[in-house]
Amino acid sequence: MDALDLARWQFGVTTVYHFLFVPLTIGLGVFVAGLQTAWHLTGEEHYLRLTKFFGKLFLINFAMGVVTGIVQEFQFGMNWSEYSTFVGDVFGAPLAMEALLAFFMESTFLGLWIFGWDRLPKRVHLACIWAAAIGSNLSAYFILAANAWMKHPVGYEVVDGRARMTDLWAVLTNSTALAQVPHVIGASFVVAGGFVLAVSGYWLLRTRADMWRGVARAALVMTAVAGAVVVGSGDMSAKLAHEQQPMKLAVAEGLERDTAGAPFTIAPGIEIPKVVSFLSTGDFDATVQGAEDVQRRFEELFGPGDYRPDQGVVFWSYRVMLGLGMVTVGLSVLGLWLTRRRRPMPGWLARLFVLALPLPLAAVIAGWLLSEVGRQPWTVAGELLTAASVSPGVSLAEVAVSLTIFTLLYGALAVAEAVLLTRHVRGGLEAPEPVPAAEKLEPSLMY
Amino acid sequence: MIDLWFVIIAFLWSGYFVLEGFDFGVGLLAPFVSRGGAEQRQTLRTIGPVWDGNEVWLITAVGAMFAAFPAWYSGLFSTFYLPVVLILVGLIVRGVGLEWRGKVSDPFWCDLGILIGSALPAFLWGAVFADLLLDSALAAVVGGTFTLALCALHGAVFLALRTDGRVRHRARVAALAMSAAALPLAVIALSSLGSGLGAGGRQGAGLVLELGSLPALAAMGTLAAAVALVWRRREGWAFTATAAATVLTSVAVFARLRVAPLPGLTLAEAASGPYTLTMLTWIGLITLPFVLVYQGWTYWVFRKRVSLVH
Repeated sequence: MDALDLARWQFGVTTVYHFLFVPLTIGLGVFVAGLQTAWHLTGEEHYLRLTKFFGKLFLINFAMGVVTGIVQEFQFGMNWSEYSTFVGDVFGAPLAMEALLAFFMESTFLGLWIFGWDRLPKRVHLACIWAAAIGSNLSAYFILAANAWMKHPVGYEVVDGRARMTDLWAVLTNSTALAQVPHVIGASFVVAGGFVLAVSGYWLLRTRADMWRGVARAALVMTAVAGAVVVGSGDMSAKLAHEQQPMKLAVAEGLERDTAGAPFTIAPGIEIPKVVSFLSTGDFDATVQGAEDVQRRFEELFGPGDYRPDQGVVFWSYRVMLGLGMVTVGLSVLGLWLTRRRRPMPGWLARLFVLALPLPLAAVIAGWLLSEVGRQPWTVAGELLTAASVSPGVSLAEVAVSLTIFTLLYGALAVAEAVLLTRHVRGGLEAPEPVPAAEKLEPSLMY
Repeated sequence: MIDLWFVIIAFLWSGYFVLEGFDFGVGLLAPFVSRGGAEQRQTLRTIGPVWDGNEVWLITAVGAMFAAFPAWYSGLFSTFYLPVVLILVGLIVRGVGLEWRGKVSDPFWCDLGILIGSALPAFLWGAVFADLLLDSALAAVVGGTFTLALCALHGAVFLALRTDGRVRHRARVAALAMSAAALPLAVIALSSLGSGLGAGGRQGAGLVLELGSLPALAAMGTLAAAVALVWRRREGWAFTATAAATVLTSVAVFARLRVAPLPGLTLAEAASGPYTLTMLTWIGLITLPFVLVYQGWTYWVFRKRVSLVH
């Protein structure tokens, strides 16, 4: 165990933890904006109450996403100074753009939304939640453009041992990013849809109110549509991985040798013939590279070394992502079918909805493990090894201290957030107010 | 181009210290200027709509450093590793405390988080920059204590400007009390900064040091003026003065960092290539005006003094 291992653990722990909150911020923000738009258009009181109810849950979660995100931006410099110095010229630009174009918008307009119920004209107030929601989604684009560059670097040259950007447009339209953005944003909407489903499932069991059936239906539509986007963009990603990240694909598929008509392995020993060749190229008989052969080719290219990522993590996280993702989307399609044309919501279905919260969240985390563990041993594919990226001046003891602090703090906050969300979900909607709610101070959203 | 980006980064950091400076001050003073839940809410609602947007100035400053001066960014935060960890811990517990306190049954832990989370970064940013410039533990303690007192004073004046009733009165008293600490500390911290009397006074910086002493002197002057203005109940002008003192302190710091952003590193060595800097300049030119306008608009929307709501 050295400083490098601990720094990797810290990055993994803090990043996975950060991403527990991000998908809800991305998807739920748009959902809340949609609810408020519905209130604006129909004037029906229950839409306002739903806006505030989900708005409160959104804010509890949003806070966690923001504060854990700050850590991310510092961590590159703190623990990965060699990496940062090497890539900053290219990688820093999307991060700076994220702050300027997305974070300012998100946080400023969210502040206006929380405190502006009685200060702003209704229409302007509605625009604020949309601006905040759009800001969140924009930030996802920029950070994914930066992340995609690590796996498929484009628009740069290496001068004096540092990457120099030569084409910003190429970085922002990296094919890897363009496939990854709809995949991650789609998955975020699946998670948010699953969250809303779980909440409405709980309330359907308690009240059978027609309103909750409507909420559940809306969440089912959101999950199903977003699920289709995830599947489509996932297919794009698989084909790109075939060209750009052969090692990741080979290890994820469990292929040792270059194989024509490569089968898909559901679990070791259970195979569906030719599926992997088809999924990665569109041709059932195409050759897909195997890990041993890629290793040999990489040794010729980059010199001796072990270029395989962790077989177990990559292989299984791929299957967890696929499996749990499919189950969630399947559940949403099933739900839509069973409740078609005003059919009532069966009780067992509402009970199943509670699963829609953990399943897609686990799928998303597995997806990130596949993506980033599968990138190893590189931080920038073909250019910089993870082992050469770590801060040389930061000692084992220092990383041990920070890893301990972050883990303990994050653990405590996770428990607090879970308790808080549960309490507010159980508390339900606030009673209709005698005074028009928009004109009254709203302490529950504010401090 | 390199100089332009150094100025932009100094601008972003200065903006951050001015804006988040009063957020920290309000967080520090909240337990002392308010009695009971309603006053506590009144106090914190002065920063409620804006603190998160203010914090983005830090995110932007750091992001811009990463993009424009990668070696400076990575060197700074890996050198001051543990202080930065503690700053992050502070920002985490403060942010969560602020957002959650209205949604829990007993806000004790949230309020503690806000207090600690305001104190840690307010002290540590000063300590980090003082240590970076003067390379001594004593300088770090003095620098940190100075920025802590400056934030508290800045926040107290902000509260006096933005509230009414008893909180306003107590905030004014707090501002006067804080100035008793802030003024002497300012003289010590800024004079050592301006004249480079710290343990590791850098060489070959003669001219810049002469120039560098101007903002430091001006910072002391505006701080003294701020105290006089608080005394005469000119809260708007007093706030302008504490904001100016914060900016001038930051300018004094960056005037010295201009020579060597880190020991043994020049700006030119740390900088990204001309293509990246040109692209960043265009992006900044297009987006920053919008940001300034809509953030300014937020302050306009919430310009009314915050009153007690039971």
